[in-house]
Amino acid sequence: MRRWPVLLFALAIAVIPFVPGMPPFWLVLLDNIGLAALVAIGLVILTGVGGLTSFGQAAFCGFGAYTTAVLTTSYGLSPWLTLPASLVVAGGAAVLLGLITVRLSGHYLPLGTIAWGISLYYIFGKVELLGRHDGISGIPPLMIGQIAFADPRAIYFIIWLAVIVAALLTMNLLDSRTGRAVRALRRGHVAAEAFGVPTAKMKLLVFIHAAVLAGLSGWLYAHFQRAVNPTPFGLNAGIEYLFIAVVGGAGYVWGAVLGAGVVTVLKEILQGALPALFNVQAQLETIVFGVLLVLLLQVAPGGLWPRLTALFPTRSPGGVGVVTDAEPLAARQKSDAAAGPLLEVQKARKQFGGVVAVNDVSFEVKAGEIVALIGPNGAGKSTMFNLITGVLPADGGQISTQGQRIDGATPQHIVRLGIARTFQHVKLVPDMTVLENVALGTHTRGHAGALASLFRLDRTDEARLLGEAVRQIERVGLADRMYQPAGSLPLGQQRIVEIARALCADPALLLLDEPAAGLRHMEKQNLAALLRQLRSDGMGVLLVEHDMGFVMELADRVTVLEFGTKIAEGVPDAIKNDPAVIEAYLGIAA
Amino acid sequence: MDTTILLFLLQDGITNGAIYALLGLALVLVFAVTRVILIPQGEFVTFGALTYATLAAGKLPGTVWLAVLMGAIAFAFDLWSMRLSFRLAPLLRSVVLNLLLPLAILALTSAVVGPTNAIAMNVLLSLVIVAPLGPFLYRIVYQPMAEASVLTLLIASVGAHFALLGLGLVFFGAEGLRGPALSSASVTLGPVPISGQALAVYGVTTGLIVALWLFFGYTLYGKALRATAVNRIGARLAGIRTSLSGQLAFLLAAIIGAVSGILIVPITTIYYDTGFLIGLKGFVAAIIGGLVSYPLTALAAILVGCVEAFSSFYASNYKEAIVFTLLLPVLILRSLAAPAVEEEHD
Repeated sequence: MRRWPVLLFALAIAVIPFVPGMPPFWLVLLDNIGLAALVAIGLVILTGVGGLTSFGQAAFCGFGAYTTAVLTTSYGLSPWLTLPASLVVAGGAAVLLGLITVRLSGHYLPLGTIAWGISLYYIFGKVELLGRHDGISGIPPLMIGQIAFADPRAIYFIIWLAVIVAALLTMNLLDSRTGRAVRALRRGHVAAEAFGVPTAKMKLLVFIHAAVLAGLSGWLYAHFQRAVNPTPFGLNAGIEYLFIAVVGGAGYVWGAVLGAGVVTVLKEILQGALPALFNVQAQLETIVFGVLLVLLLQVAPGGLWPRLTALFPTRSPGGVGVVTDAEPLAARQKSDAAAGPLLEVQKARKQFGGVVAVNDVSFEVKAGEIVALIGPNGAGKSTMFNLITGVLPADGGQISTQGQRIDGATPQHIVRLGIARTFQHVKLVPDMTVLENVALGTHTRGHAGALASLFRLDRTDEARLLGEAVRQIERVGLADRMYQPAGSLPLGQQRIVEIARALCADPALLLLDEPAAGLRHMEKQNLAALLRQLRSDGMGVLLVEHDMGFVMELADRVTVLEFGTKIAEGVPDAIKNDPAVIEAYLGIAA
Repeated sequence: MDTTILLFLLQDGITNGAIYALLGLALVLVFAVTRVILIPQGEFVTFGALTYATLAAGKLPGTVWLAVLMGAIAFAFDLWSMRLSFRLAPLLRSVVLNLLLPLAILALTSAVVGPTNAIAMNVLLSLVIVAPLGPFLYRIVYQPMAEASVLTLLIASVGAHFALLGLGLVFFGAEGLRGPALSSASVTLGPVPISGQALAVYGVTTGLIVALWLFFGYTLYGKALRATAVNRIGARLAGIRTSLSGQLAFLLAAIIGAVSGILIVPITTIYYDTGFLIGLKGFVAAIIGGLVSYPLTALAAILVGCVEAFSSFYASNYKEAIVFTLLLPVLILRSLAAPAVEEEHD
């Protein structure tokens, strides 16, 4: 990550108040921009990166603001003492609301946030302790020694210090093991969970992060305005914060700051200019605001920040931050053949309503062997993969690895036991680089948590994870693609990226779902060579594939499924001549 | 609490609930066909209510001008999208629907408006004025981004809500209005008198629900809408114009919203911003119904109305908070009962 633009920005911000003739009103505007930017930065990681849309962030500002308002006016505490209290209350509220809300799926989540956003607004306005609709006034200013930060010019420094620190910490978080896991959330749960990411916990984590930033903004707001009332914490404010994040570009931390600036200034201009222009006593700015929002979504759905950065093209960040000479990660202990086969499936069964997708299927995969699972479309191969990796619960039978039962275990647990997979429908995060996508595979092998990554205490751990990712990318032959967005690769190569990601989990057993689909002849040869190499290293491979030439050349044994039932099993030559198999594929008895 | 109060609250709850049910149905309809979560539904309620109340006062409502304005913008959008492949028939169609129709409504309304008009006439006029706003809104806001994600459409809805809210203030002012009751009759059921207005609410709601059921079950257009709801691409391949389906859904939503507004304005004073909260309660019902089930939505709406009535009696301060918090346990149950399989975003 390049630091000098941030430094330059911080310097510019620091100089502004000393510009001669700077109107005090502009500083008030900048204060408001900073306060909004804090909330919007939280929304960037929550909505833009994590894919969780919240209309309720203003309520968390309310928690922060009311906490310090009550504690300083009723109990006479120093504002600095109430800062942690405000953050804890906002964060605590996020834990409670988050436990309820983040489990909601799809569009239920934003609607849920609208629901509690409105409820909390009414509650703020009705509770005696919080001064009902009049709110609380007479909040003391922030003090350092005898200096009071009472006027907009003084508190400016505190607000913008908070914004810059928050932006830096958030960027640190995104550029880490935890950040990769959060960024994978937006593309759905299955891939992230298959590599050990506790998705519910990650969602709660970003929810808390965003709420704490909103709480900080609320705390600053209370001491800036010296009074609080429910209005700035209602649903409309929550909508406006989301608007800011979308305008700026919902995936970009600095987009939040840009968005806050644009929206706040625009609002100010509209409020000032429109009534004078049209001489109507109405909220014309509301109309213009709404129209602009719709236009923006129609014209530039990605927000302003990407457009702005596109004006200043930079060289691609080749190789930044990757230390390939970091100490390699500890490898898994060699599998113990005595404990049992790498994979033992006994009478596994899965029904979807009346359809039996997997009908009492049994087979096994031993260390150092490639087993192919073939069958016509709809035979239940991918369902079998989902049963083995815990994506779907089996309705019957037993699945175990090295003597340990794994049917009923979570995907996160199964990958830790050494079973890693790829997906038939590629599940990469298209706007993350190949390196970052592959590094997600190392999730279970790293230790640094969210707090460590906020403060950059995770660098040794991170270097080892990235080093492993680099090694696996080189191993599958995609070194020259390492820093390209995964979505820009051809589909065949994306499948290879998925294999590298699976290898990063240091699996004992590798599950590949149609890895050769979309590959050219040479690429297939290379893939076959790689799989042979893995086999000779003692890894077990379970392969679903439609390319029969590829399968028959490579596999030690083949299991054939048709309509969920195993119809044949054996060495490739025997399978090729099995009448049942021929009938299944060609529809006639040979 | 004695039985009389109980019955009063129940009556109140069911009356409001019936109106929420209508709105909930409209929201489900629009979401199913277009994937738009129609936050501006509340504005249709406001427009219907205020148009009716203004007409009853013998004045020309501002919504006729709004229709002319939105029609002109919709026409501009049509022109823009026709710039590459110009054909005469669609252009003429656009001129008629977007320019001439609102002007005709304006002329008609100006001609017949008066303080002595029959109630039925005013109701009809209000519906004719508000109904075109639905398709115009779809054409302007949603049709250009029909393939966007649910979230993007939701945020666009918020923008449309803001714009229409501001326009409501411009056209109707900050003063609240009340309209005359549709019926002054009154029936007594046990100890409780039931007003003609309440009866009208029940009758119209039931009638509309049956009409919707017939429309979706037995007409070609209704089936086309259902097909679009199930699979947009499939519907297009079968020759259904999905943009037409969207406009049709919005037309129904506008009509239903206007009807709700006309039903509620004799009961409670409506301000330019009242519709939003009423619409949101329709939402609560729609979400409880999972945004898919019409009967469940109607039932949930009655429940929302009753919860509101009883909480306004017992804890009036927390009325709104209670109604909206009601949503959370429902959402949790829904998410637990049917955990998302896999959602592909973007």
